[in-house]
Amino acid sequence: MDWHRIRSDFPILDQQVNGHPLVYLDSAASSQKPRAVIQTLSRYYERDNANVHRALHELSNRATEAFEASRKKVARFIGAATEDEIIFTRGTTEGINLVANTWGTQNLRAGDVILITGMEHHSNIVPWQLLAQRTGATLKYIPVLDDGTLDSAAIETLLTEQVKLFAFVHISNSLGTINPAKELIAKAKALGAVTLLDGAQSAGHMPIDVQDLGCDFFVFSGHKMCGPTGIGVLYGRMALLETMPPWHGGGEMILTVTMESSTYKAPPHRFEAGTPDISGVIGLGAAIDYLEAIGLENIQRHDHNLANYAVQRMTEVPGIRILGPQNGHRGALAAFHLDFAHPHDLVEFANSHGVAMRGGHHCTQPLMKRFKVPGTTRASFYFYNTLEEINRLVEVLLLARKFFT
Amino acid sequence: MLSDDLRDLYQQVILDHSRNPRNSGELPPPCLHAHGDNPSCGDEIDVWVRVSDKGDIEDLKFTGQGCAISQASASMMTQKIKGKSKDEAAAVREDFRRVVMGDGAPTNEDALGELILLEGVQKFPQRVKCAMLAWRALEQALESK
Repeated sequence: MDWHRIRSDFPILDQQVNGHPLVYLDSAASSQKPRAVIQTLSRYYERDNANVHRALHELSNRATEAFEASRKKVARFIGAATEDEIIFTRGTTEGINLVANTWGTQNLRAGDVILITGMEHHSNIVPWQLLAQRTGATLKYIPVLDDGTLDSAAIETLLTEQVKLFAFVHISNSLGTINPAKELIAKAKALGAVTLLDGAQSAGHMPIDVQDLGCDFFVFSGHKMCGPTGIGVLYGRMALLETMPPWHGGGEMILTVTMESSTYKAPPHRFEAGTPDISGVIGLGAAIDYLEAIGLENIQRHDHNLANYAVQRMTEVPGIRILGPQNGHRGALAAFHLDFAHPHDLVEFANSHGVAMRGGHHCTQPLMKRFKVPGTTRASFYFYNTLEEINRLVEVLLLARKFFT
Repeated sequence: MLSDDLRDLYQQVILDHSRNPRNSGELPPPCLHAHGDNPSCGDEIDVWVRVSDKGDIEDLKFTGQGCAISQASASMMTQKIKGKSKDEAAAVREDFRRVVMGDGAPTNEDALGELILLEGVQKFPQRVKCAMLAWRALEQALESK
């Protein structure tokens, strides 16, 4: 693969920041967009923009066609049985909230257990806390071991028949841990639990096949995989989606409305009230085309190389503690703690050298508490990053050490 | 190599205060106390203040964790405020706020002393809350009873 040529598909990367070439290491927060996606968005607004589904005029037909074609692309991208299992949301967070507020409210009772893990993003904690408060269900956490993996002995005791829902992160945004999703889902399903997999950091980074994984729900965001912000996907198995009540009411999701009551469309439209993010959906389709042209296996391999090279090089920095698995099996990020600089001071310093990283708790406060750090600095990678950029990162970390000590 | 803005932000005196905070620790009761935090970045400060019957700040200490700016600001604050009346402390606080926010000239720059070194924060608007954290906690402590 000619990764340098692929990198040139991203116009934003070719710029100076504070007098230095930009080194963008914050893709786990939001990825950059290739020209193909940007051009798709501007073409849509220049030629095809209209509301979808309701009008019979040419522009609306084109918009609707492109919109629904994206749904098919997403279904193929994650291996859904049919495109009707693809619900467009604003992002991962909204997808989880949709499940909590529909399936969750309908199915959970006092005494039931919602099982999550100690490495969840706040978006996969708070909706379940709210659901537990509403229903009287109990929220339990699988502990995280020192090496950043889940405590498999604890899973055996926590995963019981009381567990009605098991929701967990595919790749941790704070540790880089890649959880053994298929195996965990199979265990949970054998006990009758419904499963939700948070794919915010895995979609676009590795091949996803929801049928092979076996999950009931899979959620992800477009903007972390070369798509626009504001668009995400909830995949749900049709047998479950069909039983779920609507969440938001409004146009697009109804069959008939009288003054007394309404009837609702079948999934996915039942869960898509109001005018959707049409350009976002079409842009997401373009992102999927782009990623598939490179190949998700190729991206996964490159991610893996970048992450392992980064961990290997970063250990050269005295006073560094890298969180997460050290066995070479990690997603495209490395979060670390330095004994000579607080994450915010380091991020400020790195920024003055053109290196963009993120410092703080990464929306995983319970995990920070678990590892007894106030926060970490995270360097996260995507296929447009290079080994030279990681060398530059290490150089800047060493400069920071000189500066702060 | 390094930008002047960054050098201004992290002057040696500031780094020294963050590495070796002055007046670090807790005061025994009776005293006033307040906790301040910046939830978005995780910085935390606890401030303990002993105020005399006349309203003078006889002693103050702090504990905390966070970035160099928040910790240095707290350390420098304790040195500057100790022995001041509550009104004098409020005046210094307001002048310091103006300096770090770039919100007009301080009324008494001399009274700020070393604190003027945190002027560099002006160029980094996201760090204003770090510089002000201890001062917010101090204000809360003085208002508590």
